[in-house]
Amino acid sequence: MGVGIEVINLNAWYGANHTLQDINLNIPANHATALIGPSGCGKSTFVRCLNRMHETNPIARVTGTVRIGDLDIYEDAKPVEIRRRVGMVFQRPNPFPTMSIYDNVASGLKLNGFRNRHALDEIVERSLKDSALWDEVKDDLKKKSGASLSGGQQQRLCIARALAVDPEVLLMDEPASALDPVSTSKIEDLIFQLKSQYTIVIVTHNMQQAARVAEKTGFFLNGRMVEFDSTHKIFTNPSDKRTEDYITGRFG
Amino acid sequence: MKLETNTTRARFRAITDNAVTLLAVLATFLVIAPLVAIFVYLIYRGYSSLSLDFFTRIPKPVGEKGGGMANAIVGSGILLALASVIGVPIGIGGGIFLAEFGRGTKLANSIRFTADVLNGVPSIVMGVAAYALIVSPHVRYMPLLGHFSAFSGGVALGIMMIPTVCRTTEEMLLMVPHAVREAALGLGVPNWRSVLSITVRTASPGIITGCMLAFARVAGETAPLIFTALGNSFWSTSLNEPIAALPLQIYVYAISPYDEWHKLAWAGALVLIVLIVLAVSLVRYVTSRGVLKGAS
Repeated sequence: MGVGIEVINLNAWYGANHTLQDINLNIPANHATALIGPSGCGKSTFVRCLNRMHETNPIARVTGTVRIGDLDIYEDAKPVEIRRRVGMVFQRPNPFPTMSIYDNVASGLKLNGFRNRHALDEIVERSLKDSALWDEVKDDLKKKSGASLSGGQQQRLCIARALAVDPEVLLMDEPASALDPVSTSKIEDLIFQLKSQYTIVIVTHNMQQAARVAEKTGFFLNGRMVEFDSTHKIFTNPSDKRTEDYITGRFG
Repeated sequence: MKLETNTTRARFRAITDNAVTLLAVLATFLVIAPLVAIFVYLIYRGYSSLSLDFFTRIPKPVGEKGGGMANAIVGSGILLALASVIGVPIGIGGGIFLAEFGRGTKLANSIRFTADVLNGVPSIVMGVAAYALIVSPHVRYMPLLGHFSAFSGGVALGIMMIPTVCRTTEEMLLMVPHAVREAALGLGVPNWRSVLSITVRTASPGIITGCMLAFARVAGETAPLIFTALGNSFWSTSLNEPIAALPLQIYVYAISPYDEWHKLAWAGALVLIVLIVLAVSLVRYVTSRGVLKGAS
């Protein structure tokens, strides 16, 4: 089951660049929340702060509080533990090229020392079914490399890989921006199904996509969160002039 | 705008295109030509002296006909195995440190610089250094040392392999896309595990190529062996005794005044090249069997 995320006074820097300023929001459990905004507004940095990937860059710094469920991720836990609970799907599909499809999905568990082969088989099958890839790859699970799949399949493989470690939250950083429309709609269908089990945060450049998949939407601009509300409200009756300008295409 | 195909400019472009292609083909040919020439000449000069005896007998005394290089073939095998056991793990370990754990640190920069210098040290100097450090009779801090031996030869060759293996490992690891590392970290995999199981594995074809290059390079080394393994006209597989090696045997036979030995030297050179090609191909075959369809 997914858990809610509470963000209090989050600030983040890359070197001297203050990329996130005083972000406060509550992301509801078992819903999809979309983050929109022009390039460089801090959306990606924000999701990377939710699983402590931000700090893997040596010049990056972060302050503030992020609670995932009842866990304060910057106080109570190590980054590796958080990343097991908060899965991430990246902008470009990044399967492990030397691993088979099976090993790609099993990698998160195997690399953390999970050895029960029977259970692994089940988890791999369930994860691939959950990511709607099973029927396309079930005959080549151990024969083909993850890199041999098409871009859309690779992205669903990456989603399966993230699901296999059984996270509570799934972060998606523009998961469909490198994909064609057919693959994109498959990913969107998937998000629709997955949110019954996971809390999903999706960064997107595509406003129709936000409107289609998310109940809540946040608008970021220049490192600040301008508005956070129900998706319907954001797209039909935003309270902030800048949000309105952005969604009506006046800039960005 | 209409695409013009029959103007002077278009013809000029076509000619340039062909000329550049031709130059590239020519360059490729020039790269391959010396190798083919050497190989053909070795077959021409050495093939007639190859016989079962060559592979099964040890050298005969001067004046007697026949004899072979069995001891040198086996000796080279032992020396190279020992060199690989020393050079490959240390080289790969060093490369991993340079690319992953020590990136940007002073220690890594000085190791990288040292490796580059070591790579440029002439092999004869390496031989003298190995002699002073492990062969010279003053050396008494370890068994096996203090005299000419197969062990010291293997160590000298192993040290020569380290810089090549180390630097290619580093280069290959740095070529692994950042996205692949992020994927591993995003799964909650600890950094050391991600480095060993993901990054190194992704880079492994290139790392293996680097090891093979280093292997092939030291397989033909003569100078360091003169000061360490020394050579041996008799059967010996002991690490504690001087041992024969193909390059040494070729050298000794080639500078001798006897026609019979010259022929054997040619045959030895041919066998050395063929064995290196076989060893490299075998490693490539074995390591490529695990590669999956579509893996890049």
